[in-house]
Amino acid sequence: MTLAILSGKGGTGKTTVAASLAVALEQAQYVDCDVEEPNGALLLSPRIAFSEPVEVLVPTVDPVRCNGCGSCATACRYHAIAVVRRKPILFPTICHHCGACRIACPTRAISEIPRRIGVVEGDAEGRFLQGRMDIGEPIPIPILRELKRRMARDRTVLLDCPPGASCAVVQSISDVDACLLVTEPTPFGLHDLAIAVGLVRKMGIPFAVVVNKAIEGETELAAYCRKEGIPILLEIPYSRAIAERYSRGLLPVHGDEAWIGRFRTLYDDLQKQVLQDGDAALRTAPKPVSAVPGRAEV
Amino acid sequence: MTIAVSSTGKTLDSQMDLRFGRAACFVFVDADTLAFEALDNAALAASGGAGISAAQAVADRGASVVITGNVGPNAMSVLTAAGIAIVRGEAITVRENVARYLAGSLTTIDQTVPPHSGMGGGGRGR
Repeated sequence: MTLAILSGKGGTGKTTVAASLAVALEQAQYVDCDVEEPNGALLLSPRIAFSEPVEVLVPTVDPVRCNGCGSCATACRYHAIAVVRRKPILFPTICHHCGACRIACPTRAISEIPRRIGVVEGDAEGRFLQGRMDIGEPIPIPILRELKRRMARDRTVLLDCPPGASCAVVQSISDVDACLLVTEPTPFGLHDLAIAVGLVRKMGIPFAVVVNKAIEGETELAAYCRKEGIPILLEIPYSRAIAERYSRGLLPVHGDEAWIGRFRTLYDDLQKQVLQDGDAALRTAPKPVSAVPGRAEV
Repeated sequence: MTIAVSSTGKTLDSQMDLRFGRAACFVFVDADTLAFEALDNAALAASGGAGISAAQAVADRGASVVITGNVGPNAMSVLTAAGIAIVRGEAITVRENVARYLAGSLTTIDQTVPPHSGMGGGGRGR
């Protein structure tokens, strides 16, 4: 099963949950898709065995062939090319690597050259993968594609997603078997959870909720999940002990059999409830083709 | 000489828009006759590259001066390559800004603001 862990709001505990599952499920592969600021390695301490660049193709213009007609600038829906005084000005970081400028050029003046935007890295055992985007780069999608191309096919994969519900999240959760939405009982947590729920429902992906920093008693969050028919499969308590251990780089599961058991149960429950029961409330929308654009980019 | 002013509306009495790439529209004013033409800024709704697109539009219409509030780095490079002067106006009417420019009392913008400054809410959300 490929499982994506997302949240909407940042800082709710996606990495805590994803990394805890990676520890609890001994054969699982953890993939850090938060390529702008990957931090799973801080908790999982993998031995990085390879680090390979991710490159994209960006246009370059042959000044001899270019007649300054501006067709490339008109073709570029991302405004990555301007043509003034019959000379093209290229903005490679804005380029979305679609190649339309090359096709549009009537004088074949445009060719494409590779440009590095980050790396993908992993251990030798295939238990850890992460992407890291270079500083200043705005578009993580090609790195996410490369991570998904390399992820294991023969075992459980845990995708630790970026925060939010934007293109990077859509790209991360496309084609996964299930999603775990990690949230916290705060107004912001609930607000952004609702956005994430809207996204996974639109994409037709079965999902359930994990509450981090859970508190005793009735919360708006609990009421929302009840009303929407969303199962809460695990609550991690709002606990000083857990926070203190986290500040030392320790997860709840590190050296704690009870927590290992809870995360294994979480995984089993998700597999059972979400995948086998096929609860209608979890799949409220059929998978619309348009919800998963082929080039879902920023 | 054509002066392009980033504007919140389509008349000489509209208030200047302090944003360039994300301006609501552009008013193109003939410096001699004050005849003008206003265009919606097609880049306003762009997901990215708004400054580049707006600068391209301004250059394509043959403006030699832009009066605006803030310009991002990408718009600045296109405007500069097009040989267009960029001067700082104020959030007063297009007409007054043009008058001040013609009287020589507006200063050149030579510093850019960070990308996405005109998008509100403290930059791009995630």
